[in-house]
Amino acid sequence: MSTPASEALDRQATPWLFATALATTAPHVLHQPPWLSALAGLLLFWATWLWWRDQRLPGRWILLPLVGAGCAGILIEFHTLFGRDAGVAMLVVFMAMKLLELKSRRDAMVVVTLGYFLLLTHYFYSQSIPTGLWLLASMCLVTGTLIRLHGGPASTPRHSLRYATLLCLQAVPFMLVLYLLFPRISGPLWGLPSDAHAGMTGLSDTMSPGSISNLAQSADIAFRVRFDGAIPPKQKLYWRGPVMETFDGTTWRRHEGRLPAERVENLSPPISYETTLEAHNQHWLLALEAPNALPPETSLNGTLTAASRRAITERQRFRLSATLDYRFNTSEDPLTLRRNLALPTELNPKTRSLGSQWQASGMAPKAMIDKALGMFASDFTYTLRPPLLGRNGIDEFLFQSRRGFCEHYAAAFVVLMRAAGIPARVVGGYQGGEHNPLDGYLVVRQSDAHAWAEVWLNGQGWVRIDPTAAVSPSRIETGIADALPFGEPLPALVQWRADWVRTLRYRWEAINNSWNQQVLGYDMQRQRELLSRLGLPDADWRNLASLLGIFCSLLVAALTAWTLYQRPKRDPARQLWQKALRHLARRQVDCAPWETPLALAQRVQERHPELADAFQRLADAYLQARYGRSDNNLKALREAVAQLR
Amino acid sequence: MGILAKLKQALFRWRSDGTAPLRLGQRRIFIIPSRGGLLFAVALIVMLIGAINYNLALGHALVFMLAGLGIVGMIHTFRNLFDLLITPGRCEPVFAGETAHFLLTLDNQRGSPRLALELEAEAGKPVIASIDGKGSAKINIPLSTAKRGWLELPRVRLSSRYPLGLFTAWAYLQPAMRCLVYPQPIASPLPAASPLPAGGERSGDGGQEDFAGFRERQPADSPRHIAWKASAHHPEGPLLIKQFAGGSQNELRLDWLLTDPALNHETRIGILAGWVLAAEAADMHYGLSLPKLELAPDGGERHCQRCLEALALFQP
Repeated sequence: MSTPASEALDRQATPWLFATALATTAPHVLHQPPWLSALAGLLLFWATWLWWRDQRLPGRWILLPLVGAGCAGILIEFHTLFGRDAGVAMLVVFMAMKLLELKSRRDAMVVVTLGYFLLLTHYFYSQSIPTGLWLLASMCLVTGTLIRLHGGPASTPRHSLRYATLLCLQAVPFMLVLYLLFPRISGPLWGLPSDAHAGMTGLSDTMSPGSISNLAQSADIAFRVRFDGAIPPKQKLYWRGPVMETFDGTTWRRHEGRLPAERVENLSPPISYETTLEAHNQHWLLALEAPNALPPETSLNGTLTAASRRAITERQRFRLSATLDYRFNTSEDPLTLRRNLALPTELNPKTRSLGSQWQASGMAPKAMIDKALGMFASDFTYTLRPPLLGRNGIDEFLFQSRRGFCEHYAAAFVVLMRAAGIPARVVGGYQGGEHNPLDGYLVVRQSDAHAWAEVWLNGQGWVRIDPTAAVSPSRIETGIADALPFGEPLPALVQWRADWVRTLRYRWEAINNSWNQQVLGYDMQRQRELLSRLGLPDADWRNLASLLGIFCSLLVAALTAWTLYQRPKRDPARQLWQKALRHLARRQVDCAPWETPLALAQRVQERHPELADAFQRLADAYLQARYGRSDNNLKALREAVAQLR
Repeated sequence: MGILAKLKQALFRWRSDGTAPLRLGQRRIFIIPSRGGLLFAVALIVMLIGAINYNLALGHALVFMLAGLGIVGMIHTFRNLFDLLITPGRCEPVFAGETAHFLLTLDNQRGSPRLALELEAEAGKPVIASIDGKGSAKINIPLSTAKRGWLELPRVRLSSRYPLGLFTAWAYLQPAMRCLVYPQPIASPLPAASPLPAGGERSGDGGQEDFAGFRERQPADSPRHIAWKASAHHPEGPLLIKQFAGGSQNELRLDWLLTDPALNHETRIGILAGWVLAAEAADMHYGLSLPKLELAPDGGERHCQRCLEALALFQP
């Protein structure tokens, strides 16, 4: 049973390391440059091939240039060797290279540690439930590798994996205690690399034809809202984002300068709600119009857009309240009004002349608005696939193509209004949302992105006009999927409307939402709430550390007791025999350790003749149960023990 | 004995455990993180900093889970040694320069196997053992020998890093075991047979000796040579020994005095050991004379061992 010791890696342990490398790096294929995945795959294949053919591993003179080439490639691709993406890429390359250097157990330990480390890097890209499950399985595999490495060939794959699963399960209580009680630190410890929040989708702060219709093709969730009371009707749900006032002929932009303060008159009682914003790397909160009562670190600007001081780079919750009937800036700064009348000269001559015609005819502003909306309602088509427009985009849209998405309608309407002398501007944001009946949340997706117009009317202030509603009322009342004909490039998730699909989707989203709220959203604030519920209202890190210490020691003690002091289950026949011996001991007959049952029976006959028969039967039954051929003689023994009393 | 020495003895088992079976309890098992464990810890700290910096909720969970795994691994490493029953066994004599093997029996009374146990008596020569659930394993601990005499089994370090390799648990065993080390034999021509110089070749094939009658048994005679049948004819008389013609010619006296006194003692003992082996190989009848010790002529395995033992323990 004994083999000479060695720190060398045994051949059969190597496939475990290949599996570890594969499981911990494979999901990175999704967001890595293809050449990098190809390189890593090739290295893994090479290592496997060498192992399969039992050939020598390549020497240093071939590995060093390879490392150099990998680093150079990463440097060219990412322009740095550090930072999030480049760092992950480096780790993947190191992992693949290390497989060509597996000589001793120490190399294998490096692979395993690197594997555990790589597991963390996946969370940079996704913290969804499937990612969590995949990583849990990978963790078991890596742990199995560790067990196989240290157990040697005596631990079979089955045994290693089962043992690894057991160990991971036993680690779960520690994880829970630490997760709940480890002092949470909010915010980055130091400046994050510039690519830390790359690749987030969301509303941009400019609008040009196509920018919102592209967004509308994504089913990603922009934010979730939970109202304290009932959900207001859909056509009132305007989530306000950036307000765009300057126009250069194609693109609408925010005004960069200082804005005068806003003045809002509330005409209805405010409704309060909590919104959970997905990261979009911008400042605005996408609050319901018109926001009042804002959370700390956020403010309203002169265009009624609620914004956070820091860009929202991670999922964040805000408590807000809003008034749905309001009056906004009834007296407006003249500079702002002038800015909202400006149009690029020379562009869109037809639209401008139409506007000035209306103005010259002395129509009231209200009539002009109605006329414009009536124009849209007559023969315009609402579509995600409008034709490309040229230099005079607004003219082409209004007088030729007449096909467009909300951004076209909003832009054309604002240009027309400005030409007619009414101050107007474009507002970006989201409209509507989908109510999930399972958890009561309102889900707003990127496909709900919207743009509308705002005109300033004397005495009424800024008034929201949604020209899209004139073309396609269903867009505002029920949602984008109803407004667009089938076959438009909407995401399948938004388009499939069969009941069972919808129920399934609601369920999945409700699970995801509670995952986000309860698990991922567990932060400093929630930790405080939990502790005050535990009776520690203002716990500092010292309290937390001692609580942690107590809980962890309790767990260690429980686990130790459970794993170390599990006695093997005793033979039931033996237990019955012990019971009979205890009966005898009460009658001053002790069984000597060397005494056989029959010898004891003999002695019982001498000392207690009245017990002799019963004990003789007992001894026979015991011998039969322990050494007899048939399997189940316990019944006779049990009866004999019972008779001894 | 100073306090430090006492402490060392209490902690690190420098005293003998005797020959009784020994059960490893928690007071005998030490545990510290291994090099792999330190690497793991450093990786965890870096991972925790990463998880905090990027505010990764699941990153926190992963780090905490791995920390829990470390703690669980520690308990399981300890468990791999805990409650192990160790019974010292025997040890076959060897010649100096050879490797002695001390037999230990490890009993696992738990249902789950214990893998990757390392026993090390001599630095750099560990033996790795695995025991199945409810099984036992017989382990031969090798120990190289240099000089003749009794070789005590030094303190044995029983260690394990199984299952995760993040911790090393170990215990010191000091079972009272010793191995007899025979002197290293030096090959040299056998001395002339004595006392009759005209020694003929003994065939050694057996059955060729000329029977020459009986004589009374002397206390030095081996019981092997008693002629039981002949003795049975005279129940009252003394036990008889068969006498062979020429048998006395082959009776070799391996005497300390026959070795060159100019040589040192160890060499002389080695020469004697070589002679014993050569005589035994030739199936001769030989006796051994040492100062203060006399072994009557005889042959066979046991006689050979007795001679070698005398040589091993001989103090000139």
